[in-house]
Amino acid sequence: MLKSTLLKAVAATALSFSTWASAQAVDLQFYFPVAVGGKAAETIQGLTDAYAKAHPDVNIDAVYAGSYQDTVAKAITASRGGNPPQLSVILSTDMFTLIDEDLIIPFDDYLTSDEDKKWIAGFYPAFMENSQTGGKTYGIPFQRSTPVLYWNKEAFKEAGLDPEKAPATWDEMVEYGKKLVKKDASGNVTQWGVRIPSSGFPYWLFQGLAIENGVTLANAEGNKTNFDDPKVVEALQYLVDLSTKDKVMAPGIIEWGATPKAFFEGQTAMMWTSTGNLTNVRDNAPFDFGVGMLPKKMQRGAPTGGGNFYLFKGASDEQTKAAVEFVKWITAPEQSAKWTMATGYVAPRPETWETDTMKKYAEGFPQVLVARDQLEFAKAELSTYQNQRVVKIFNDALAAAITGKETPEAALKAAQAQADAILAEYR
Amino acid sequence: MRDWTLKREWIYGWLLLLPAMVFLFAFTHVPAVTTLINSFFSTPRGRRPAKFLGLANYDRMLNDPVFWKVLWNNLWFALGTIPVSIGLAILMALWVNEKLAGRGFVRMAYFTPTVLPLIAVANIWLFFYTPGFGLFDQLFGALFGTAHTNWLGNQATALNAVMVVTIWKEAGFFMIFYLAALQAIPVSLKEAAEIEGAGRWTVFWKITFPLLMPTTLFVSVNAVINSFRLVDHIFILTDGGPDNASSLLLFYIYETAFRYWETGYAATLTVALLVLLSALAIGQFFFFDRKVHYK
Repeated sequence: MLKSTLLKAVAATALSFSTWASAQAVDLQFYFPVAVGGKAAETIQGLTDAYAKAHPDVNIDAVYAGSYQDTVAKAITASRGGNPPQLSVILSTDMFTLIDEDLIIPFDDYLTSDEDKKWIAGFYPAFMENSQTGGKTYGIPFQRSTPVLYWNKEAFKEAGLDPEKAPATWDEMVEYGKKLVKKDASGNVTQWGVRIPSSGFPYWLFQGLAIENGVTLANAEGNKTNFDDPKVVEALQYLVDLSTKDKVMAPGIIEWGATPKAFFEGQTAMMWTSTGNLTNVRDNAPFDFGVGMLPKKMQRGAPTGGGNFYLFKGASDEQTKAAVEFVKWITAPEQSAKWTMATGYVAPRPETWETDTMKKYAEGFPQVLVARDQLEFAKAELSTYQNQRVVKIFNDALAAAITGKETPEAALKAAQAQADAILAEYR
Repeated sequence: MRDWTLKREWIYGWLLLLPAMVFLFAFTHVPAVTTLINSFFSTPRGRRPAKFLGLANYDRMLNDPVFWKVLWNNLWFALGTIPVSIGLAILMALWVNEKLAGRGFVRMAYFTPTVLPLIAVANIWLFFYTPGFGLFDQLFGALFGTAHTNWLGNQATALNAVMVVTIWKEAGFFMIFYLAALQAIPVSLKEAAEIEGAGRWTVFWKITFPLLMPTTLFVSVNAVINSFRLVDHIFILTDGGPDNASSLLLFYIYETAFRYWETGYAATLTVALLVLLSALAIGQFFFFDRKVHYK
């Protein structure tokens, strides 16, 4: 009798103690998008679970929020409804939009020690370009990528090219492409030389061409675009010529999603796509393939892409502190290496590449290093105030030129005029 | 005493209406009125609250080339999809109304597209249209040796390719209504006509088709609404591209509201859509009503 009463009392105390402890714990809600196939969502869930286990004072609710587009829409809607997440992964290029909507706060107020400042400086500068503005850091790079050139070594051998060498310049890419084009008896092309997809978001890969030609598409303040710069026109002319004049690429808009498949099926000997597809290509390409940097014109160049961590307004001080701690933990070498190996995203801190796990991984799969090495030449991605609208205007102009409705020059001039009209109020 | 019962009935009546009214107001009338009000204001952003603009948003709409383009696209989309899918629906309904072997199976086959979610359908068709290894290219390539065709990546064909998917999806749905209507037509009318020596075409044109008119009215009102409402597949197939060639009015409203977050201007576009749809529905009822024969 006494024993059972005692037990009950102990149980009751334990129960109330545990509820007290969880009442003291910080609740964090964290939205994340998934833009590539495979194990991305599981990996994030696994990482947050591991963090929650090691830190019983923090409850993290990781919410899969769909594509990048869905995630930013959800985060903005939730914030407007007075229920913002404390933390979210959103496109790095949406930074100005989120600032304009007054939804995010910079990390700087929570990173004041020297050690913290060193930590911020420990990211690749190319990734920080889309993460900082006005001297403040609004985004911490997490799932970041960059486009690279994949080539089919067997097709190169067949065309009499060196299978170990990717085209290094624009001219070489055309020259190789002409050798790689194969036609059937009735003159229809069965294998194209190169494939630069242009559906949905043609601006992303096009930026590679623009940067190689020595221009970036927008200024760092996000309030002025350079769409009608002669060098941008020249880059677009090159892209259009690939299908119309040089005939090394299929005409019309080329589907982004079907590009890896077209590569596997031998319909194109080279393709430009994200490093996020690296694991996919390794698992599915039925031939030996190479990965190279994008070819150069005046210089090497590539855009960056992908998502950053943002801190949302409306959280308590404890919550934001806990969120910052979590971001520090998940971008630390060990966690970052796991993430990179599961997806192909580029680890955003050089120290991750120095870990034994990553070194061993790169030894067996050296293609993974190309994206990292290309970062040296990478520039900021197109990002402005009212980003989605400005980018859409630019995408429409690219599509009009690619489908032959307008000349590159006319299309880009019109796009610049429209972008100016939108951005004038932010200058 | 009499007043009292009247009042009680009155309360009783309103109570019965209440549940439906609450939902109708909460999800239809209140949002419509709010949309109309918002269409006169600028989009609130962060620290800048919405301010009254008067007709500025409407002025912008009339000068927006993309608006006119998507409106024109939508007109073409409606003209291209409605008559064809209704015609196909009648044909299929007549066909599966006959006594033929495996009738149940054919009916089910025709109805299947309706059951599938539009997003899933769009993904299947995306594969059909893919240049090179897509179904159409493989089929036409093997049969006629034609070159690869980029149906969705070409300004001239993108909208038509989207329309084909819509017709495929809608015809089966409309067929069900026609099938039900056909079975309600008394066989005696047809038999009498045949005794008088009427051919099959005469029977169809003079008896069956007029008796189907109420269904045609219902189906065509639905088809018109659908042609402005069904945009799910555009997200998958073309995303409105290339250069807005396959974008429709509702898709443009979604883009404006939830991609550019210009809710003020999106409200203005929505008002345009509402006005257009109401005008079409009213017009249809007036126009058709004179020709519809109700029993």
